[in-house]
Amino acid sequence: MITIGHYVFVSSVLFVLGVLGIFLNRKNIIIILMAIELILLSVNINLVAFSAFLHDLVGQIFAMFVLTVAAGEAAIGLAILVIYFRGRGTIAVDDVNRMKG
Amino acid sequence: MNLLTSLGLVLSEEMLSGIGLLLLLVSAWGGDKAARTISFASILALAAAAVMAVPSLMLGRHGIEVSAFSGQFAQDGFASYAKLLIYLSAAVTLVVAPKFFEKAGTYRAEFPILVLFAALGMGIMVSATDMLTLYIGLEMNSLASYVLAAMLRTDERSAEAGLKYFVLGSLASGILLFGISLTYGFTGSTQFDAIHTALGHGMSTGALFGIVFVLAGLAFKISAVPFHMWTPDVYEGAPTPVTTFFATAPKAAALALTIRVALGAFGTQSDAWQQIVMFAAIASIVVGALGAIGQGNIKRLLAYSSINNVGFMLLGLATGTAQGGSAMLVYLAIYVITSLVSFVSVLMLTDAEGNQIEQIADLAGLSRVKPGLAAALAMAMFSLAGIPPLFGFWGKFVVFMAVVKAGYVPLAALGIAASVIGAFYYLKVVKVMFFDEPSGKIGGKCDLVYTALVAIGCVFLSPLGYLLTGPLGRLADTAIASLIH
Repeated sequence: MITIGHYVFVSSVLFVLGVLGIFLNRKNIIIILMAIELILLSVNINLVAFSAFLHDLVGQIFAMFVLTVAAGEAAIGLAILVIYFRGRGTIAVDDVNRMKG
Repeated sequence: MNLLTSLGLVLSEEMLSGIGLLLLLVSAWGGDKAARTISFASILALAAAAVMAVPSLMLGRHGIEVSAFSGQFAQDGFASYAKLLIYLSAAVTLVVAPKFFEKAGTYRAEFPILVLFAALGMGIMVSATDMLTLYIGLEMNSLASYVLAAMLRTDERSAEAGLKYFVLGSLASGILLFGISLTYGFTGSTQFDAIHTALGHGMSTGALFGIVFVLAGLAFKISAVPFHMWTPDVYEGAPTPVTTFFATAPKAAALALTIRVALGAFGTQSDAWQQIVMFAAIASIVVGALGAIGQGNIKRLLAYSSINNVGFMLLGLATGTAQGGSAMLVYLAIYVITSLVSFVSVLMLTDAEGNQIEQIADLAGLSRVKPGLAAALAMAMFSLAGIPPLFGFWGKFVVFMAVVKAGYVPLAALGIAASVIGAFYYLKVVKVMFFDEPSGKIGGKCDLVYTALVAIGCVFLSPLGYLLTGPLGRLADTAIASLIH
């Protein structure tokens, strides 16, 4: 029997993977964008599971909003990445260091 | 509560979004030539929205219905107080932006529209009484802000600032959302009132995690330690008018939102978050003060100063009392004006060709070349440090008074001790401007509009500002009263 605990466990694991993906990844900024999507999807699993568990529709509506905003966020992130690449010719994480201190 | 009444309550937001969309069409047709006109129209729209916010600020919560869309949105005195600060900051940004961007290349028509949408998002944020409205408002503000930070597309620092802001801002939204999902699951609702009631009947571990994640996400947005690392880079890299905007409006919005969430939704479990907020407050004050010491770039220095000031405001929240909240609002108003004065002054620092000067070492001898500008910057610095004759002192005074009244004397002592460290770097800037030999870098003429803005701000910061302590305190009290029930 799959209980609410299992869903929360899976979404927590995905969330932690997403956060680690942002901080441990030293190679490519695209991977950071993927990690951000992973975080948002883990939240959606949580919302939908809680919504079913509580017999309350709000969670599913919330998940729809999160999906929509995530699409907008990815679009803006990629756009900023493109202008960054145009100026610097690289998207390696370690090269994002024009400002320090 | 029918739909029409709700729509009537959010009239100022409808007006701003309608005008924003209209101006977007104008910019599509008119191109960058129409930028100044669009800018002017946006300022008028912001002014109109500010006027519309005044009545509910005066009335507070009493006698009028403020809750719209079945408790999703509240047009109360608290929201109006924050909105006035937000619209003011956005309008000042739009006033100073055209000259800066025309010098740097072209003033793009998208800029005023993005500022308008960011201000609209912040207005929704501070009015939110449901996690869903909170999230939509926060994202509307953030998405516009990411683009604003990267506005100077050909400048490497601006693109890097945009990228860093985007990555860390999205992470913050993710953390906040995860907290929201946990709070929803363990309290059964996303509405602040319902969460307030549910938490009153005791709290599970899951809900505690939810509270911690929500507050961590909000701490990112107000750049409180330990979630402050993006602030110096973004403030330095973003174009200066955008930094002016970032240091004021989003700070006001996110802090107001934090007050509403902490005292409203999580108000019945204040023991759970008070210690976290206390730690964040003291850590922000200390890190803000220590981090600023070695900085050579004035925008970076002001970024650390903003981290430091957020710490003082969080001290007020850490008390968990209405008085603490009201002290925060007073501090917030003074902080916003002081930041506007300091950043507009930084915009006026140019060499003979009109290029921006950002290095503190280049400010040497500013008092002999441009005595008025040096005096204004010195006033802003002293006010940020909280040195008595200036108005900045009053903000710190009310916050510490609230902290002592709530019985946290050691916390107040720690805060005061740390503010002495902070005074050091503000004084260093003043020393360079007034006592060092002129570097010969500063030149050019001061723009009339900039001068007028700085002069008005300086009157407010001068001891004359103390005439406002009564009305400002009363407004803040009314605003907080509309929040706590």
